[in-house]
Amino acid sequence: MTDRDTALAIAGLDKSFGRTQVLGGITLNVAPGERVALLGHNGAGKSTLIKMILGLIRPGAGSIRVAGNAPGSAAARAATAYLPEQVAFHRSLTGREQLTMFARLAGEHPKTVAPLLERVGLALAADGRIGTYSKGMRQRLGLAQALLGRRRVALLDEPTSGLDPISRHDLYAVIDEMAANGTALLIASHALTELEARTDRIAIMAKGRLVADDSLGNLARAAALPTRIRLTAREGAAEAVQAELGGRRVNGRAVELDCTTEQKMAQLARISGLGEAVRDVEMVPPSLEDLYRHYCGENRQ
Amino acid sequence: MITRIMAIAATEFRIQTRNRWLASATVLMTLFALALTFAGSAPTGSLGVDLLTVSVASMTTLAVYLAPFLALMIAFDAIAGEAERGTLGLTLTYPLSRGEMLLGKFAAHLAVLAIAIALGLGSAGVAAWLAGGAGPASVQALARLIATAILLGACFLALGYVASALSGSGAGAAGLAVALWLVLVVLYDLGLLGALVMDAGGGFTKHVFPWLLALNPADAFRLWNVSAAQEVALVSGMAGAGEALPGWAAPLSLLLWPVLALALARTVFERVEP
Ligand SMILES: Nc1ncnc2c1ncn2[C@@H]1O[C@H](COP(=O)(O)OP(=O)(O)O)[C@@H](O)[C@H]1O
Ligand SMILES: [Mg+2]
Repeated sequence: MTDRDTALAIAGLDKSFGRTQVLGGITLNVAPGERVALLGHNGAGKSTLIKMILGLIRPGAGSIRVAGNAPGSAAARAATAYLPEQVAFHRSLTGREQLTMFARLAGEHPKTVAPLLERVGLALAADGRIGTYSKGMRQRLGLAQALLGRRRVALLDEPTSGLDPISRHDLYAVIDEMAANGTALLIASHALTELEARTDRIAIMAKGRLVADDSLGNLARAAALPTRIRLTAREGAAEAVQAELGGRRVNGRAVELDCTTEQKMAQLARISGLGEAVRDVEMVPPSLEDLYRHYCGENRQ
Repeated sequence: MITRIMAIAATEFRIQTRNRWLASATVLMTLFALALTFAGSAPTGSLGVDLLTVSVASMTTLAVYLAPFLALMIAFDAIAGEAERGTLGLTLTYPLSRGEMLLGKFAAHLAVLAIAIALGLGSAGVAAWLAGGAGPASVQALARLIATAILLGACFLALGYVASALSGSGAGAAGLAVALWLVLVVLYDLGLLGALVMDAGGGFTKHVFPWLLALNPADAFRLWNVSAAQEVALVSGMAGAGEALPGWAAPLSLLLWPVLALALARTVFERVEP
């Protein structure tokens, strides 16, 4: 692959803090315009990976290329946008002053600041001290600085934390816009929700290893998670229903069965064969949460 | 490069004025300088020098303690504090070298210090002049005092950055800064004094001691001011040590310290992983 195809190329990355290994054998590529969700529980190593891409933490082994440059080099930093997990700014500056400083550092004209503040919905608060901002407003200011200039790679570390649902959708509109402009996006998150599912690819980390890296559709197919069928039996009939179909008794009257996509129709036929004994049938397809747990090595609840 | 240094300097200066460091430092400097000038006005007649000369001599002693203290108070938070509050990591992901960031902060902090020192010592000087008269020599001594006090502050700003980069936390950096102040400004002199007493006028006193004095920025500052002005030397009774040294020793020390300390701060800062 050439540098034109991969804005971000990571190969065989290891990192230990003292004796504990935090990252092991991470290989991950992101193409221009591609949105990749980086998922993993707290402590999985997402932030560490992002800081290594930024050149803030030195890797133990392996290689990272940011738009063809070494991480932390001036060229790599000029090409990279970053939204930290804990967005912090100087309390005594105003949003406009802080963003103007970042614009100057990025080599952008201070003129670009006002439209950006407007873009993230901070136009009215622009001249208030950051110390008076809410967490959501600081997050928006963080997003505004990540939008300065046209960067080739954007690393967003848990960008939705602290945002209300409407802001989360605004955020994803911004993410889509950046991708349309050709920016390669790596978006860290500790949950798989509809928002993360809208990315092009999903990479899942567990205990410092990459355990999955594919599109949502492929991940779901490969996992082949069962659909859950929940039956509500007629009074007193739960026992008979379980004897006939198997599965688990959940409470007094409900029975749960798991079945694969292929078995689904056959099972439904058997259920309708039970006639009056079953009062209701509910089908629960595997959720995004189930899929995520599956790849993290945990069972469905 | 200049744009980026200026961007950091402008931001930092704004923060220093907003958190009232500029105002506090200036007021502190002025109050102490005025108090010393008028408390020290008694011996004027007996020594046959004007009030400004006496005032400069007392303010030299004041500045030895106060300029390093103010500089360290401004500087200790520069790196550790930003790392702790989480503002450092994001700034360093911009195409800005750590040296540029340090220079930007240094420029802003030096401006704050220079304003505080020039206004503080300057206003006391003007007051002494109005109250007791001044000659061209004492005005020159005052100008030299202000310039060298700013240089002394620059040394300790840079040393404060070293302390800040070495410590993981703001509290640790503050502790280290206080230790630096104690060692360089107080204990060093006490140590030398002890050695002088032990030596009782031997070879150490004649050949080694003056150089050890010049090696310490606070003493170099004192030497420079004292040996450059005969009258000030007379008042402060510190002429002896200065005469044993070539004239360039103290100025060279005071000029080199900020440069070397800044270089050291940069080296230590390069190793910080935010
Ligand atoms: N500077 C550090 N020193 C020691 N351990 C660290 C350091 N930074 C992170 N870790 C450890 O590395 C692991 C991964 O952390 P992190 O990358 O922040 O995870 P995530 O962002 O996925 O929640 C955690 O166990 C954390 O305790
Ligand atoms: Mg994290």
